[in-house]
Amino acid sequence: MKIEISKMLQKKKKQILDLWMKNQLKDANLREDLMSNDELRIQSEELVDALLKKLTDENLADIESADFENVYEILSGISITRARQGFSPRETGTFVFSLKDALFETLQQELKSDPVALYDATMKVNKLIDSFGIVTFETFIKGREEVILRQTDEITEISTPVIRVWDGILALPIIGTLDSARTQVVMESLLQEIVNTSSSIAILDISGVPAVDSLVAQHLIKTVSATRLMGAECIISGIRPEIAQTVVHLGIDLSNVITKSSLSSALKHAFSVLQLEVRKKQKENYSLKNM
Amino acid sequence: MEKSRITTTTNSMTILTVLNKDNFKIEKEQDVVPFRNRVKEHAVKIGMGLVNQTKLITAASELVRNMLRYANGGEILIEVVSKIRENGIRLTFTDRGPGIENVERAMTDGFSTGKSLGLGLPGAKRLSSEFTINSVVGKGTIVTIIKWKNG
Ligand SMILES: Nc1ncnc2c1ncn2[C@@H]1O[C@H](COP(=O)(O)OP(=O)(O)O)[C@@H](O)[C@H]1O
Ligand SMILES: [Mg+2]
Repeated sequence: MKIEISKMLQKKKKQILDLWMKNQLKDANLREDLMSNDELRIQSEELVDALLKKLTDENLADIESADFENVYEILSGISITRARQGFSPRETGTFVFSLKDALFETLQQELKSDPVALYDATMKVNKLIDSFGIVTFETFIKGREEVILRQTDEITEISTPVIRVWDGILALPIIGTLDSARTQVVMESLLQEIVNTSSSIAILDISGVPAVDSLVAQHLIKTVSATRLMGAECIISGIRPEIAQTVVHLGIDLSNVITKSSLSSALKHAFSVLQLEVRKKQKENYSLKNM
Repeated sequence: MEKSRITTTTNSMTILTVLNKDNFKIEKEQDVVPFRNRVKEHAVKIGMGLVNQTKLITAASELVRNMLRYANGGEILIEVVSKIRENGIRLTFTDRGPGIENVERAMTDGFSTGKSLGLGLPGAKRLSSEFTINSVVGKGTIVTIIKWKNG
């Protein structure tokens, strides 16, 4: 009589789960800091359940069977969460591959007397779990890539803060290289803030920009023109001596742009345009008032 | 990095010794900043001052951007070179792009087929101590610049 492997495994579900949990818990690298043992058990049980429920002797040999859709879904979910939680690829891989050991152990016990059947079943289970492992890695990497993408977005956002330094004066410190994508973000957030705050002066500070080549210069000039179109004046500050010399040699004409060496001199200029005066308080007045 | 001593002559016919070689591939925009940093590292190592460093990096930035934009990328050989009393950095930009039809025109301030400022090639020449360009239509372009430590 031919033994039905899938039925046999289904019957041994509890044992498989227990063995698998045992394997995972005895692993020295268990990340109890990232996931509690209860959570781990729930996760493992969900996967074993889904797998055994759909397992037949036909699809056991067919890793691409649509029957496993749910299993792959659960696996993807698990590895994406793990990627976000900070599990390493090895830890995530071990999670899946230690299920293989539990299945092998069970098969061995049940098929002791039939080496041919044991060999056959072992090969099939091996292939199936390997395929699960590959899916785990694919989604794990996808999870990590999402984290990187999100961080890139966040960095773009934090690296272009528009600061309202005074009523009517905005400052935008630019740090790092200004490429086309970044300029777009800088320009958009600056123009939007000019509208929001009805500012009339914007200071672009480039002291954090390592080099100004003709592309960066073109981007800066465009930003200045766009600011002017909005009815505001744009000052470029933070031009270091070596940048000034390089820009001149490159042949870039910034004569139509108000440039200042430092943010504070740009601010001074802005004050004078707005006819504001910032003065030190007279000592006598100060002490009189406080008497 | 291999240590080899290859001797070549430049247009000024002085003997050049190559002290150090380093290759860099450019395939995408994200390669520009790491490349510039690599050039900077070499320049700092030979003790180049801040102004010359900035000029070299800016020239390199122009040429590497041209390579990306007009030739879909290419390769750069970064070399530390030495002549009688001075050390410098030599950069050789090689691409297999469409080549430049009229080099003289491309070297003119303000000429651009890409709607940009047209200052990259002439600007890079002004920022470098030595500049040579070789371009063959249908084959590609090779631009070589040297910036001397005190040049
Ligand atoms: N590596 C290259 N391959 C092909 N054409 C190039 C290359 N570099 C520059 N060119 C041509 O030379 C012109 C001038 O280049 P450049 O002075 O850097 O100005 P820009 O890049 O602003 O156009 C370019 O518009 C392009 O037509
Ligand atoms: Mg250019």
